[in-house]
Amino acid sequence: MKPLTVHAVGCCLPGLDGWAAAKPVLAGQASYVHDEIGTAASELLPPNERRRSTASVRLAFRAAEDAVKNAALKPADWATVFASSDADTAIINRIVTALAEPQRVVSPTDFHNCVHNAAAGYWSIGVGCRLPSTTLSAWDESFAAGLLEAATLVHADGLPVLLVVYDMVPPEPLLSARPITRPGAVALALSDGAMAMPALARIELTLGVRGDETPCKDQALDALRQTNPAARALPLLALLAGEAAGTVRLPAIGELLEVRRVA
Amino acid sequence: MTPLPITHYTLTSALGRGKAAHADALREGRGGLRNAAFENCTLACWTGAVDGLETPLTGEMKDWDCRNNRLAELGLRQDGFLEAVTALRARAGATRIGVFIGTSTAGVQQTERAYRERDRAANQLPEWFDYRTSQNTYSVAGYVRQRLQLQSVAIAVSTACSSSAKVFACAARALATGLCDAAVVGGVDSLCLTTLHGFNALQLVSPEPCRPADVARRGISIGEAAGFAILEKQGKGLLLRGYGESADAHHMSAPEPEGRGANEAMRAALARADLDTSAVDYVHLHGTATPANDLAEDKAVCAVFGKSTPCSSTKGYFGHALGAAGIVGATVAMLVIEHGFLPHSLNTQSVDPAIKGAVLLKRREDASVRNVITNSFGFGGNNCSLIIGSAT
Repeated sequence: MKPLTVHAVGCCLPGLDGWAAAKPVLAGQASYVHDEIGTAASELLPPNERRRSTASVRLAFRAAEDAVKNAALKPADWATVFASSDADTAIINRIVTALAEPQRVVSPTDFHNCVHNAAAGYWSIGVGCRLPSTTLSAWDESFAAGLLEAATLVHADGLPVLLVVYDMVPPEPLLSARPITRPGAVALALSDGAMAMPALARIELTLGVRGDETPCKDQALDALRQTNPAARALPLLALLAGEAAGTVRLPAIGELLEVRRVA
Repeated sequence: MTPLPITHYTLTSALGRGKAAHADALREGRGGLRNAAFENCTLACWTGAVDGLETPLTGEMKDWDCRNNRLAELGLRQDGFLEAVTALRARAGATRIGVFIGTSTAGVQQTERAYRERDRAANQLPEWFDYRTSQNTYSVAGYVRQRLQLQSVAIAVSTACSSSAKVFACAARALATGLCDAAVVGGVDSLCLTTLHGFNALQLVSPEPCRPADVARRGISIGEAAGFAILEKQGKGLLLRGYGESADAHHMSAPEPEGRGANEAMRAALARADLDTSAVDYVHLHGTATPANDLAEDKAVCAVFGKSTPCSSTKGYFGHALGAAGIVGATVAMLVIEHGFLPHSLNTQSVDPAIKGAVLLKRREDASVRNVITNSFGFGGNNCSLIIGSAT
């Protein structure tokens, strides 16, 4: 596949809240300090939607809005790929809990918010974007899968793509069954490089390489990497935080996705 | 786009197992909806349930047992699909065949069961509950990938009711960019209390069999289905000629009333197929039978095609298969071309005077259908139209 241009990164992970704060940590210029993620309100959601939106939607928006701000891009002109292993497990928990009671009272708002593409729907409404939008799941490998779908949208359909990958911490009893122990969201603004817009890096993707997945050099960051499907992107974010070319291998459904930074 | 041959396909739904059962039922105007809810659900509704899903999965795939994966397995066993994939593996190589499966609720029915059986004091789910192979949205794509012994990209697309139309677009992009050389696409969605009670909470479930486009339509009937297709770069078969995707950017659970997003999806599909509207002989409607959907879609269809292109919804036969509605639509499009007839809008007695399109109230024989467009629209305002064309 042809190379992709990365225009911006957005992130919202514990201790890496926003790309501006995360970049020196990931580049090895500052040490990683664990911290809870902030609760800043979305700037792009209209009040009605902000009121109806949910924890997972707000989490996805944190990273997406960070990327939008960092590239000063006009989000209505960007197709989207949202990737999440499990979307809103808090709502699923509420719905299936209600269904286990004799009255089975499901909230209509909960039901429309439980669709896997809720974040994408709120995004399209919030920024007025009517371009194609894919929402997908690929378990712990959702980041790599989302990156591949974004790459094919860029190159097959000629669209710049905002990729947003996110997963929240499920409430119990789901947490024990699906231990995503830290919240995480990561966004990348990607294009074929033809747009007049500053580029952060150029990357090439190869699926099915041999070897081992790339860990984070810092032990605490590597621990964070394994807590959330979105955090599986951290080795790539570290590569993008620096200046040098390099290669990382990310888990991708029993295979490895190699991401080579070429510029 | 370069048209892509669909070299094999199959469908299992309330109408039966395999293509022949569906062609017969659609031709005879025989629907699969029954006046029975699901499990012990007491809602007044009709459902399109698939029979024969009572037996747990066994053998190598037993850890993936849930209603959704049982339905996937049943679907994969029809029309020689497993054998077709074996031949494809030999031809293209397991590492070059992607898997793209649409679903909205995957195995949530297993989670519903687990919550009923949970230890409430300790807030613990039962030992047998396996989140990854049932509740997780990817579970059905993981099931298909492992069952078919494929080793390339695999994703579950989950954009509500457009999910398994979108898979054709994702697969076409993957083939165009060389990410893979062939793709197994499909959609699997199964009945569960979550969707029955959820749509009921939104007051969108009809107490009678759904009546698409009817003046007295009262909402949806929920169905379930599993369908699969093989897309290749070369080969014999009907053609995926175009796909078009859009977002309404309007409301989470109601369509934009003028059908703007639907209009854009259909126009994008036509542009990608490089076809004029006159080349499309039949519009397979999303046609859920909710008051809002059918009106908005009709406005879009009339704006794009005018008022004379024959159209119908098949939700009266299948019910709304939600995440599998896209593959149901694609399959109907293929059957229409192969069998030379246009199905009528089952259960529709009197077309809503506000609906101006040429809704078919009787089956029409037409052996010269060249291209069919099929629509799928989902919550979140996610739209996808596909154009299926006859083999050249």
